[in-house]
Amino acid sequence: MSPLTIDRRKLREVALTPEEYLEIVEQLGREPNHVELGMLGVLWSEHCSYKSSRPLLRQLPTEGPRVLQGPGENAGAVDIGDGWAVVFKVESHNHPSAIEPYQGAATGVGGILRDVIAMGARPIALLDSLRFGPLPASRHHFDGVVAGVGGYGNCIGVPTVGGEVYFDECYAGNPLVNAMCVGLVRADRLQRARAGGAGNVLLLVGAQTGRDGIHGASFASLELDGAVEERRPAVQVGNPFLEKCLLEACLELADRPGVVAIQDLGAAGLTSAVAEAASRSGAGARLDVARVPRRERGMTPYEVMLSESQERMLVVVEPGRQADLAEVFARWDLEASAIGEVTGDGLLVVTDGAEEVARVPVDLLTDGAPVRRLEGCPPAQQPALVDMDCLIAEPADLGATLLRLLASPNLGSRRPIFRRYDHMVGDATVVPPGGDAAVLRVPGGRLGLAVTIDGNGRYCRLDPHAGAQIAVAEAARNLVAVGARPLAVTDCLNFGSPERPEVYWQLERAVAGIASACQALGVPVVSGNVSLYNESERGGAIDPTPVIGMVGLLDDRDRRLQAGFAADGDVVLVAGRIGGELGGSEYLRVLHGQDGGRPPAIDLDRERAVQELVLDAAGAGLLRSAHDVAEGGLLVALAECCLLGGRGVRCTALAPDAGVRLDAACFGESQGRFVLSAPPESLRALERLAREHGVELARLGVTGGDAIELDGQLRVPLAEARAAWDGALLENPPHAGGLSV
Amino acid sequence: MRFGVVVFPGTWSDRDCGHVVQDVLGAELVYLWHKDRDLGGADCVILPGGFSYGDYLRAGAIARFSPVMESVAAFAERGGLVWGICNGFQVLCEAGLLPGALVRNACLEFRCEWTHLRCERETTPFTRGLAAGQVIRVPISHGEGNYTADPATLDALERRGQVVFRYCDERGETTAGANPNGSQRSIAGIVSERGNVLGMMPHPERCAEAELGGTDGLLLFRSAMEAAAAVTLA
Repeated sequence: MSPLTIDRRKLREVALTPEEYLEIVEQLGREPNHVELGMLGVLWSEHCSYKSSRPLLRQLPTEGPRVLQGPGENAGAVDIGDGWAVVFKVESHNHPSAIEPYQGAATGVGGILRDVIAMGARPIALLDSLRFGPLPASRHHFDGVVAGVGGYGNCIGVPTVGGEVYFDECYAGNPLVNAMCVGLVRADRLQRARAGGAGNVLLLVGAQTGRDGIHGASFASLELDGAVEERRPAVQVGNPFLEKCLLEACLELADRPGVVAIQDLGAAGLTSAVAEAASRSGAGARLDVARVPRRERGMTPYEVMLSESQERMLVVVEPGRQADLAEVFARWDLEASAIGEVTGDGLLVVTDGAEEVARVPVDLLTDGAPVRRLEGCPPAQQPALVDMDCLIAEPADLGATLLRLLASPNLGSRRPIFRRYDHMVGDATVVPPGGDAAVLRVPGGRLGLAVTIDGNGRYCRLDPHAGAQIAVAEAARNLVAVGARPLAVTDCLNFGSPERPEVYWQLERAVAGIASACQALGVPVVSGNVSLYNESERGGAIDPTPVIGMVGLLDDRDRRLQAGFAADGDVVLVAGRIGGELGGSEYLRVLHGQDGGRPPAIDLDRERAVQELVLDAAGAGLLRSAHDVAEGGLLVALAECCLLGGRGVRCTALAPDAGVRLDAACFGESQGRFVLSAPPESLRALERLAREHGVELARLGVTGGDAIELDGQLRVPLAEARAAWDGALLENPPHAGGLSV
Repeated sequence: MRFGVVVFPGTWSDRDCGHVVQDVLGAELVYLWHKDRDLGGADCVILPGGFSYGDYLRAGAIARFSPVMESVAAFAERGGLVWGICNGFQVLCEAGLLPGALVRNACLEFRCEWTHLRCERETTPFTRGLAAGQVIRVPISHGEGNYTADPATLDALERRGQVVFRYCDERGETTAGANPNGSQRSIAGIVSERGNVLGMMPHPERCAEAELGGTDGLLLFRSAMEAAAAVTLA
């Protein structure tokens, strides 16, 4: 290889390594010019090329009888019957949100919506998975992001029906904003963004191109450094109204003859959209930047090719069909410009008027990034953390402990968030946010679609393999809790810099965990996103945070279950072992300031068995409610069932397993458990079913009253529990103070 | 009986209103595009929720100048039934078809949640199926639903019986805690002096089926259906 002839600073600007540059020179047979270097840099970024994670991602199961489209397209798609396909994907917008929380989050929502629209699907739901530093210090991030998610979703008219949020010091400098979109399309109308044959015309539709977001993808592939202010131009600004017009126009176009493909312009803008659409057809493309409408004067070809201006779509049409489509664009007052055409030579050629400014093989752009073989190594402190002694004093007052936990921002009511999101538009939200999963009705039949998104960074820091498995298991459990059978997964892998061996090790272990859990539970991964380099000067690398979005199906949505207790006098049961593993628990963190221990063990066979039990019981109409036992353990789950149902519960004293302390039984986060309620007459059939499935089913008590009671162990009036729970995320909780242990 | 549902490019409750009209009520439906002046023979025109033209300036401020609004104003003038829901209420106020304005929620945040409404007047075309004082459950979803007018206008509204709905608790009390957006005098919906134009922030089209959490919205749709049959345009 030739010695490096380029300034390293220039390489840093496009986030390429010297080795990668030399590879480019080798492949091109010459040095790239400025425009080519920018295009290659952005498509070879981790964000676009997955060059560090690609070898690991191959482990994920991506196939299944219902899968219509796996990874590699704008979004994944699964057949749900009745002629419908569900299309979904999750994507991160972490770095932009760290710098400009409102716009970062808003454009994250805008971007994931376009991915679903490009598949020809109408978006029917949004979800968000958020991580911030602790409150109140991180309230500006939290408020800005929640306002941004709502600002975009509320305006465009797609309901935000679910999500999750956790607060931890490790996210203080690098919050996480993952947005998931779910859409519906007739299965036979599913679109794929393949540019097709030579001569097809490339139309750029929607917003004019500005200088916003240049180097966004490259920026997302670097650690957040001190120059955050200087990176502000790399954050885009959203226009949800324009996207609404784009959405309606694209859905009309998808049904028109002559429309070959629709491709979203997201990270890496025009460069990525054209290269990807051409690449999927093994084609090339020629485009003229002089024909790209601009909103700023004096933009260079480099800037036009790299701009990440929002609300733009690439529409590929057969030659001569343009005029037929003009009325669609006119109706929605959209600008549509023919900027180029598909070619057969496999080259992406960019001109500025008559002058050629770039000529790069499409393959080199999309698949040329050399895979980076990184070495993983467990972090030095890992054994100490896992073996950390959990022995701590038992609390004197269980009731006060429960109140402390309910008031924790990680466990309290999410209503202060979801009431800022329109979660009802579309007249389809049958189970609203606030329970285990949301359920949406599918038009024209009895089907119900359940959706959820889950992850736990703390478990993953303590054991990335078990933590990732738990994320998959918990997402499935949340779907099962509403009576839905899990169908498929979209994953968002949020990690630090893979160049650190301990982070790469976390990534390896977490992906292996996701793969094995998805395999065991029969849910293929059909789309996803990788977000690395989540680090800040202040906090170092974030906890490894794989986030699992999952969709499930109810054949008859009338069989849906609620999380809250539904009637007085019902029997309350716990399915699964009572257990009592305190490691990694919210209880340890909130009450004892300890962030370690061994996270709860996960047994995927048992997990599957308990989920099958709940599904069978729900299908047989035996249950009145079901709720996943997650962070906060059994007692917090019990309290949530009471709070959501607006009625108390009277339980016998909780008898821990041999050798398990009472506080561990109450607040340990052992996996594979549900709190169920059922009318007394169902009890016998339920117990029989549990025996058939080989699942423990313990009777806890009876619903009713206005307190959470464990005989002789605890009595917390519901009103006190509600005050603690309702106020957890509020800036000025009405009943602040007075809660102490 | 035919409902006309106005569609601005940023409208999103059009499909929900259309669904209730067609699939739940079995009435006739015609969508009215904002660029057209033809009201398609509608007996009752609904201005649904959404963000008309993005509403970056002020909700409904641009929509009032749209071609369709000229026809809607003329239709209202002739005694036709016009029903603004959420953004539609904002547009009606901007267009001067209803007095007052809807400003930013007092909490300065968007609110999407169920509210209780007390029916203050059962003699309007939209509430004839309700009883005076009846409490219904209808969700809201807005960032700018804080009804505001000067005291003289508010007094005149009260005197003429133009206040149709107030936010209240489940027992019908208009407490501060039951007012989700800071609206003056807890006003959730008003009619024009003649009673043929209703503006309301809550979304009755979101509670017309049991599986969506309630059916009180149907009371309004059915009232409008019956009333429209009896209207003779001037």
